[in-house]
Amino acid sequence: MTPPPTTWSEHESKRLLAQHGVAVAAERLVASGDEAGAAADELGYPVVAKLCGRAIAHKTERGLVRLALGDRSAVEAAAADLLAAAEPDDGDVGVLIAEMVSGRRELIVGVAIDEQFGPSLMLGIGGIFAEALADVTFRLLPISESDAMSMIDDLTTQALLGVFRGEVAVDRRAVATALLAVASAAGAVEGLESIDVNPLIVVDGRPVAVDALVVTR
Amino acid sequence: MTRDLSPLFDPAGVVVAGASTHPGKFGFVALHNILASGYEGRVFATNLEGEPVLGVDTVASIDEIPSGAADLVFVCTPGGAVPEVLRQAAGRGIRAAFVTSAGYREAGDKGRAAEDQLVVLGEELGMVIAGPNGQGVVSTPSRLCAQIVAPYPPAGSIGVVSQSGNLVSSFLNLSRVAGVGVSRAISAGNAAMLDVSEYLSWYGDDAETSVALAYVEGMSDGRAFAERVAAVTAVKPVVLLKGGATSGGQQAAASHTGSLATDDKVFDGAMRQAGAIRAHSVDEAFEAAATMASQPLPRGPRVAVVTTAGGWGVLTADALAGTDLELIDLPDDLRASIGELVPPRWSRANPIDLAGGETRDTVPEVLSLVASHDTVDAVIFLGIGIQSNQARLLREGPFYPDHGIERIAGYHERQDQRYARAAVEVSETTRKPVLVATELAVADPANPGPATLRASGRLCYPSAQRAVTALAHAWDHTRRNGPRSERGPT
Repeated sequence: MTPPPTTWSEHESKRLLAQHGVAVAAERLVASGDEAGAAADELGYPVVAKLCGRAIAHKTERGLVRLALGDRSAVEAAAADLLAAAEPDDGDVGVLIAEMVSGRRELIVGVAIDEQFGPSLMLGIGGIFAEALADVTFRLLPISESDAMSMIDDLTTQALLGVFRGEVAVDRRAVATALLAVASAAGAVEGLESIDVNPLIVVDGRPVAVDALVVTR
Repeated sequence: MTRDLSPLFDPAGVVVAGASTHPGKFGFVALHNILASGYEGRVFATNLEGEPVLGVDTVASIDEIPSGAADLVFVCTPGGAVPEVLRQAAGRGIRAAFVTSAGYREAGDKGRAAEDQLVVLGEELGMVIAGPNGQGVVSTPSRLCAQIVAPYPPAGSIGVVSQSGNLVSSFLNLSRVAGVGVSRAISAGNAAMLDVSEYLSWYGDDAETSVALAYVEGMSDGRAFAERVAAVTAVKPVVLLKGGATSGGQQAAASHTGSLATDDKVFDGAMRQAGAIRAHSVDEAFEAAATMASQPLPRGPRVAVVTTAGGWGVLTADALAGTDLELIDLPDDLRASIGELVPPRWSRANPIDLAGGETRDTVPEVLSLVASHDTVDAVIFLGIGIQSNQARLLREGPFYPDHGIERIAGYHERQDQRYARAAVEVSETTRKPVLVATELAVADPANPGPATLRASGRLCYPSAQRAVTALAHAWDHTRRNGPRSERGPT
């Protein structure tokens, strides 16, 4: 019998990806409002606070994400709120304090186990229209560097990758590096079910992972 | 494992098992098609009553055929008789079977069991088995047309394999009308022992095949399929047409990636990674394959368009803009050399629109200048057949042959023949693709322009758009797979 899937917490998921070379927004996992304030002071304002635990997958829908917290008291209050909002089913939880990353463009990178083709890596245009546009492309794992570069070429919405509304062009090498890093992480995990890195926000042309979820069996 | 399929494609002799005297039965049609297409090996047939069929003396059982006289048995018997036929065939040294019989996997659990047994039997007998439930095998190097359907295509270097027999017929029909020939073609049927990827692997090693063309729907092991395709694209182009491309993704998937991973998106990515060319219609697939089988492969994306009229050039430029091909800026030296050949009203830019200013030798000279230029990787030529089209109206009109009409009609037709020959010669000399497009290829296939191209074994594209699409696929192949696979037609 296949064991039930285990959803890694956001913090664990990102730590894995960071170990394999994905650029991840700086963050601290804390257990109280006080610690949250200290973490935010260290990271610099503004920050984001999110409830973080293995069983928490749909943070936004449950209102468990607080954006653009500008000072220590706002951070402490948000952290206390989030901890109070945790439900018994959420299991062990903490609060993730992360630097607030902003950019107009988002990418999505992920890994799925296809029934026909096995572990497959995806790159797509992210953001709120990601699933409606479905501008995504796949390669079978493992991938080469040229596979990674050609995935970027496959995307239909190339105009979004150039100079865009005052932001510099997307650094294709940096995107390829992120793809290779996610591929490397996928290869290192036993019983991988899926990886979602969604979104990667493009900052100064380079993709930074701000949320991620790894599922294993 | 890659099996030796040469007894299937190049058998020294063929036995039709289950030959029939009834011209409506497959057992008659198969024997007819083998005999009518000029197969030069020995042909045998079995018939329970031992009646002669189409002048071939039949035997009641394969046991009566001389040992070693045949390599292939083409089975048209009911499914129940197949195992015995195969055993007897193996006893006579036959190493390959094509099974047309139905009632296997497609017919439910019982058929599935019979099909599994067929594979076991084949392995036990050391025999390769194509089908069951397939339409047949064609192999022009052996002049073999062992199929229960038409047509027999002209000889050439496209290797066709299909999960659906009717798609084989579609590609062969297009081959006949286009004049770009086929080396091998096979309908995989239920693909019990030999699936599409196995045929592709064999085509990869086959010296008679320069391009593989496949129709697929599903596959049991996508990763193995992708690995085999990648091994073939390293040595020659693979063009794929896939049916069932709109089927949904993993609806129940919890992850974003899973919900975006539709079957088609993953297949598409896997085939890009494997270096295959993916087409989206029968015409597009055939024309991509025919281009790579009959033209040198482009070594770069830089295209020059030569046209005798403005609108065609504009539309071709538009079509190029939607591809990875590049409409180059006309180099100064080329502009100067062309300027010496035509009156000043020509476009002086790419598309090179001669604006009707051409005289007797202009088109061949311009094609040669343009194709030879080192900034040009490929040429598209538009405007062939116009003169012959007028010649046709002159010949059909009431004044023919008087008033000098006979002479001028002949001149027009010779000009279009020259243009077609020039396009081929320039391409061969420069080792660059030169694609010629006109709707006359379908509107009037007898027009000497398209007809001369067809006779040369090259496609005359029915529109500039389709020429651009085919050329873009050819460039995509070399771009993805590199110089190892850069070989033109032999």
